[in-house]
Amino acid sequence: MTDSATTPPRQPMAALPGGEVTEGGPMLAADGRPLKHSLKRALRREKLRAFLLVSPLLIFILVAFVAPIADMLFRSVENQIVSETLPRTVVALREDQNLPEAAPGEPVYEALYTDLFIAAEYKSHTRLGSRLNYEMTGLSSLFRGTGRDVGRFDTDIYTDQFVEAEPALEDPVAWSNWMADDEIRAALPATADAWDAWVKLTVEANEDDPLEEDVEDFVYTALYRDLSNGAAPAGFPDVDVSGFESVSIKALFEESDEDWVDPEIWQVIKTYSPAYTDGYFLNSVDMMNGPDGDAQWRPADEQIYLKLFWRTMWMSLAITFSCILLGYPIAYLLSTLPLRSANVLMILVLLPFWTSLLVRTSAWKVLLQQQGVINDTLVWLGIVSDANRLALINNATGTVIAMTHILLPFMILPLYSVMKTIPPSYMRAAKSMGANDWTAFWRVWFPLSVPGIGAGSILAFILSIGYYITPEIVGGTEGVFISNRIAYHISSSLNWGLAAALGTILLALVLTLYWVYDRIVGIDNVKLGG
Amino acid sequence: MNITRLLTATTALVASATVAGAESHVEMANEMTIVSWGGAYQQSQLKAYVEPYLEMHPEVTVTWDESSAEAVAKLRAQNEAGNVTWDLVDATAADAMRLCDEGLAMEIDPDEDLAPAPDGTPASEDFGEEMLVSDCFIPQIAYSYTFGYRNDVAEWNGKEPDSICDVFDLENFPGTRSLEKRPHNNLEWALICDGVAYEDVYDVLETEEGQDRAFAKLDTIKDETIWWSSGADTPQLLADGEVVFGSTYNGRLFSLIVEQDQPVNMMWDTQSYDLDGWIIPEGLDEASLARVKDFLYFATDTQRLADQAKYISYGPARKSSAPLVGEHAELGIDMAPHMPTNPENAKGAFVQNYEWWADYRDDLDSKFQAWLAQ
Repeated sequence: MTDSATTPPRQPMAALPGGEVTEGGPMLAADGRPLKHSLKRALRREKLRAFLLVSPLLIFILVAFVAPIADMLFRSVENQIVSETLPRTVVALREDQNLPEAAPGEPVYEALYTDLFIAAEYKSHTRLGSRLNYEMTGLSSLFRGTGRDVGRFDTDIYTDQFVEAEPALEDPVAWSNWMADDEIRAALPATADAWDAWVKLTVEANEDDPLEEDVEDFVYTALYRDLSNGAAPAGFPDVDVSGFESVSIKALFEESDEDWVDPEIWQVIKTYSPAYTDGYFLNSVDMMNGPDGDAQWRPADEQIYLKLFWRTMWMSLAITFSCILLGYPIAYLLSTLPLRSANVLMILVLLPFWTSLLVRTSAWKVLLQQQGVINDTLVWLGIVSDANRLALINNATGTVIAMTHILLPFMILPLYSVMKTIPPSYMRAAKSMGANDWTAFWRVWFPLSVPGIGAGSILAFILSIGYYITPEIVGGTEGVFISNRIAYHISSSLNWGLAAALGTILLALVLTLYWVYDRIVGIDNVKLGG
Repeated sequence: MNITRLLTATTALVASATVAGAESHVEMANEMTIVSWGGAYQQSQLKAYVEPYLEMHPEVTVTWDESSAEAVAKLRAQNEAGNVTWDLVDATAADAMRLCDEGLAMEIDPDEDLAPAPDGTPASEDFGEEMLVSDCFIPQIAYSYTFGYRNDVAEWNGKEPDSICDVFDLENFPGTRSLEKRPHNNLEWALICDGVAYEDVYDVLETEEGQDRAFAKLDTIKDETIWWSSGADTPQLLADGEVVFGSTYNGRLFSLIVEQDQPVNMMWDTQSYDLDGWIIPEGLDEASLARVKDFLYFATDTQRLADQAKYISYGPARKSSAPLVGEHAELGIDMAPHMPTNPENAKGAFVQNYEWWADYRDDLDSKFQAWLAQ
């Protein structure tokens, strides 16, 4: 349909009725416009019409297929969570000089205190902990544990000392007046930042009125920091903090969990603080970001994904090949039999197609297991001994057998529809010219059926690369695919970033193979029928 | 004129209907979507407290969604889409913890939201700290991972396994085993049979050497093991004689042994406890939340949890329910001896450390998968 709409009209258009040639000027249409223009317009209208006709489907595909997939794939690099949950810490870490040799200095811990206090109120610190735990074991409980403690840190000594020195500092209304003054804000940057965060937090998370609540300790802690730096803005109570009892925030974190002074942990936070990361992709190919920021291999006992990618590829090829081997003779038979018997056979081919996938896979379990039908028969026939029953399931063999069965119709149907179009007279002609049966088949019939093999192989290969239910049930440990790991990370471990990265790589692999196939065989040579 | 009057009347009618609707809505929603596991377990919930609750409140309709296995992933997706359609979700303790961590489940106050025991003991004490493992988790039952074994294996010469370590003893108890295809429990059992005391298991497992030790122990039976991923696998493998030993949920073994009368016995030694319960998704509207809380208060009281044990062999999470556990609803056998919490069975029980697993899950999972693939 789109073909006829987009094919440009041919030469005879010029001789349409009404078209006349004017001397020295362009050819004009009946309405006096240049023929070229009206022709263009007509073509454009045709194109627009064709586009409008396909647009519902196009929009549907974009909204329901392309957009969700793109969104999911985008997660493979997305990493805003660190800088969103710990905005101050990330900035402070950038300026810190101690890493990677030693734990960062006090300013980083002060920033972390404010960030973590707020994150704990929003309950977002645990999510950050789970995210960072993908990179380093133990961070999940570190964040969860300290998130519980951070509200009870001994920073209330600042609050008490300030309120004792200047009672007005207890009044949130007075605070809001000070914090409305731009000069004071400029002189007390940390305090202003903490105050804003506190107001936002009180309104958003606790749904309270900040003017009626007690100002939190972290605001006073920030105030102490500003004032001890020598700030003395006009209009703000003049409090001398030099005699204040102080507390090290770093020590408070260390008290909560000694891991907080471990530079390695800070290195991980720093490495993963940018908004985008290559961490998930590195993990997908068994690598990771090393302590110095370079990509390096994971320890050998954690390398799994490359192996799984490789296995998925070669097993899918094996499955495709055995589908050709089993499907080709059947398709040949189907296309050469009289229609009546061919139809009966066709139903036999389609019958498993209509049966539930789980039922078929479970049936294979019954057939293939060691106490199953096949092994029992072999033992009864005396082909194998009772003690040496064949291991046909819970390994790669099981996956190949069950998947071949499941994908066989996808091979037979395109093969059949292509073979159906090969005129039987070609074979007769070949034989009449002296070819024997085999030569006639090999030199005439087979080349004509290759497009069917191409189509069937692409279908079977691409379907099998993404399969996960059947390998999960019959594959044991040696017969599972990369898609099983993707499913695991989507539904069990919730590491969607890693799942997205694995999925992206798998998609890229399939597209590359498709391209290679196109270069070697040519996609024009693929026929699904007719 | 006529039209104007008609319009006015309609508007008034619509307005009053809206107000009436709004009024009744503020109290309690009449629809509730409950997410559970399907199968026998969901049936036990239906019989023990959903049907009785619906009898008391005929205006309520309940929709079941059998998605508990993917609850965490689906709830996260619903939350991201800003459209949480579930009102109450049945989840394992580990999942509840993660939902809580992700801010997807609501924190509850047991003493306020749950009924006290009949003698007045507050709910927090009746459940106890070992059951209330997360701030969002409302426990229903304790189940356990136990081993079943065939009692007709000729090669065993009449010996019967009675210890978890017999699973690792290929000499006295040859044959194929089935273990779960994930590190949980397997690593703990391996260490225990390698001589580590219960209380030291997680300390040892935290170290590289400890992990190697656990994997080395599992290596001894790796070639003789089928790895399962669905709870139905082990019962089927045992019934077919494919394996001689297999770990699975104790309720599955109960139905295999008692209800289906297969030649299989239960081995309670070092059963590994796990918990299952409810979580309330974060972000419910007021009316739905009110209904869910009303239902939960009823469904987790002492009698209801005891009733559930009539239909499935999982132990009620309340201490006060234990004495009320009666007979199987159909078979008429006494259920108490089949409960994982029964003192006789609980003697050598091992309690999983959820907090620890929350940290080490990713790390050990990749090691475990790599180990399986070797």
